[in-house]
Amino acid sequence: MTATVDRPVHDAPSGGKVPLVEMKNVGKTYGNIVALHDISLRVHAGEVTGILGDNGAGKSTLIKIISGLHQQTDGELLVDGEPTKFNSPKEALAKGIATVYQNLAVVPLMPVWRNFFLGQELRKTRFPKSLDANAMRATTISELSKMGIDLPDVDVAIGSLSGGQRQCVAIARAVFFGARVLILDEPTAALGVKQSGVVLKYITAAKDAGFGVVFITHNPHHAHMVGNHFVLLNRGRQKLDCTYDEITLDHLTQEMAGGDELEALSHELKR
Amino acid sequence: MSTETEVDLTHKVVRDERVKEQNRLQRLLIRPEMGSLVGAIAIFIFFAIVAPPFRSPEALATVLYASSTIGIMACAVALLMIGGEFDLSAGVAVTTSSIAASLISYNLHLNLWAGAGLALVLSLAIGFFNGYLVMKTKIPSFLITLSSFLMLTGINLAVTKLISGQVATPSVSDMQGFDSAQKVFSSSFSVGGVSIRITVLWWLLFTAVATYVLFKTKIGNWIFAVGGDQDSARAVGVPVTAVKIGLFMFVGFCAWFVGMHLLFSFNTVQSGQGVDNAFLYIIAAVIGGCLLTGGYGTAIGAAIGAFIFGMTNQGIVYAGWNPDWFKFFLGAMLLFAVIANNAFRNYAAKR
Repeated sequence: MTATVDRPVHDAPSGGKVPLVEMKNVGKTYGNIVALHDISLRVHAGEVTGILGDNGAGKSTLIKIISGLHQQTDGELLVDGEPTKFNSPKEALAKGIATVYQNLAVVPLMPVWRNFFLGQELRKTRFPKSLDANAMRATTISELSKMGIDLPDVDVAIGSLSGGQRQCVAIARAVFFGARVLILDEPTAALGVKQSGVVLKYITAAKDAGFGVVFITHNPHHAHMVGNHFVLLNRGRQKLDCTYDEITLDHLTQEMAGGDELEALSHELKR
Repeated sequence: MSTETEVDLTHKVVRDERVKEQNRLQRLLIRPEMGSLVGAIAIFIFFAIVAPPFRSPEALATVLYASSTIGIMACAVALLMIGGEFDLSAGVAVTTSSIAASLISYNLHLNLWAGAGLALVLSLAIGFFNGYLVMKTKIPSFLITLSSFLMLTGINLAVTKLISGQVATPSVSDMQGFDSAQKVFSSSFSVGGVSIRITVLWWLLFTAVATYVLFKTKIGNWIFAVGGDQDSARAVGVPVTAVKIGLFMFVGFCAWFVGMHLLFSFNTVQSGQGVDNAFLYIIAAVIGGCLLTGGYGTAIGAAIGAFIFGMTNQGIVYAGWNPDWFKFFLGAMLLFAVIANNAFRNYAAKR
């Protein structure tokens, strides 16, 4: 059984509005290495775009382009329908595109609230302008509880939280500081089933709240649970671009695993 | 960037039943300086028992003075260690600063304040040099400052001999500005008949300011962050390079301050002194609960560490023991302190 789904020439139906972020035939080469070739995708408000791919498929390069760490060498990146080129992550952030990397950019030994506001501390208005610790604590608690994490004590070191909670703190931070588009780099990669559930629930909540979410993963089960449409990368090329209605989990899994290759493998390993 | 963002994510709250709450006592126990505080009290009681003269207020004043000159530097070194770096050159930098102030004023016939000002510029420049090299080359600060430690040690001896023809700088006690500078850096005042050196006040002030900065300002937050995880700190927009270079320069500033104290209390500077002092500062900071790996510790802890140093230093004398044993005690105490600090942390974290 072969199952190659042809990529639609354009737009998989998704809301009709202008996408928050759109890529048109984007390519990226590092010297003579073609990391990405002819990628097109859209991220709409209130939707989750799942980007799937095995190791070396080009997922990291893709998010680096969207988040402003690298620039594409071909094609266009559109934000709110306007062609854009980001020179730094800061510029992407200014447009509301926030990336939550795998290492989460948290400092393990520091309390949760200090991590939450690190780099954007709140200060009192009166002269010595000392940190407004109480306001920061309260905000952290309320922002976290909005996303379903109940931490009565935000003074504990963030390193003592579970992996899923840490992930959620990092996401909550991005949301609080004005993100419209959240790029989540393998948020469930190192997590167990239950912890992944916490993160997936939060992704859904963010989607319902109108954020555009780019969910990078190599787990088709997780992608299928929350995704509205899916882009599958393989060796730098786009293999699949379809909406939730167009694909079943089994199909997605099979595509992800390489279709024919998987069957050949299971044949080979047959006992 | 707005902090007013209204985000409505009404969602069911999940709680991790495995995360137990800590009570107040536990929180107190895991404070970084807790171990050293218990140690300081124990050592105080110990010497108060074995050395009767140790109990007098005069002895306490002497202990405080011995603690203060180490403590001022330990304060800066602790901040630097929390920021994740070392400075092995801190000890000789003190000597460098006082030699510079002395020789510059003496040979150029300047007011001592002008010499002190130029020495401050030099000290800050040494700090900047250390910090800039560490950040630029990404070589561990241990190695960079080990190099600058050796270079400064050589410069101290060679330049002093070259200019004044001997190993000590000429006396500056009859020069312009000496009296006023001595008031600031090295005078005494009396409390209830007991004479206390002014460095004790400076030490407490430095510690108080450092504590405020660490816990109540943006910069303090950044110091913990660059020491705890440099890459994460950079990713959220903390100016890592500036913070670290600033910390090295603060060590330079404190080295200048202590250097001025030495100059104005002894009038002349021995060019070979201060060589192994950098270790004392680091020891005081570590006894006070600073982690060698950075990102953890307090300025108060470093002050307690310096106080422990001062008590042991003087206590041995008051007890009438052979002072040759001092280093042994210091080493034993350091070992005890790090093990105790570790045990405290683990115990409190597990409960």
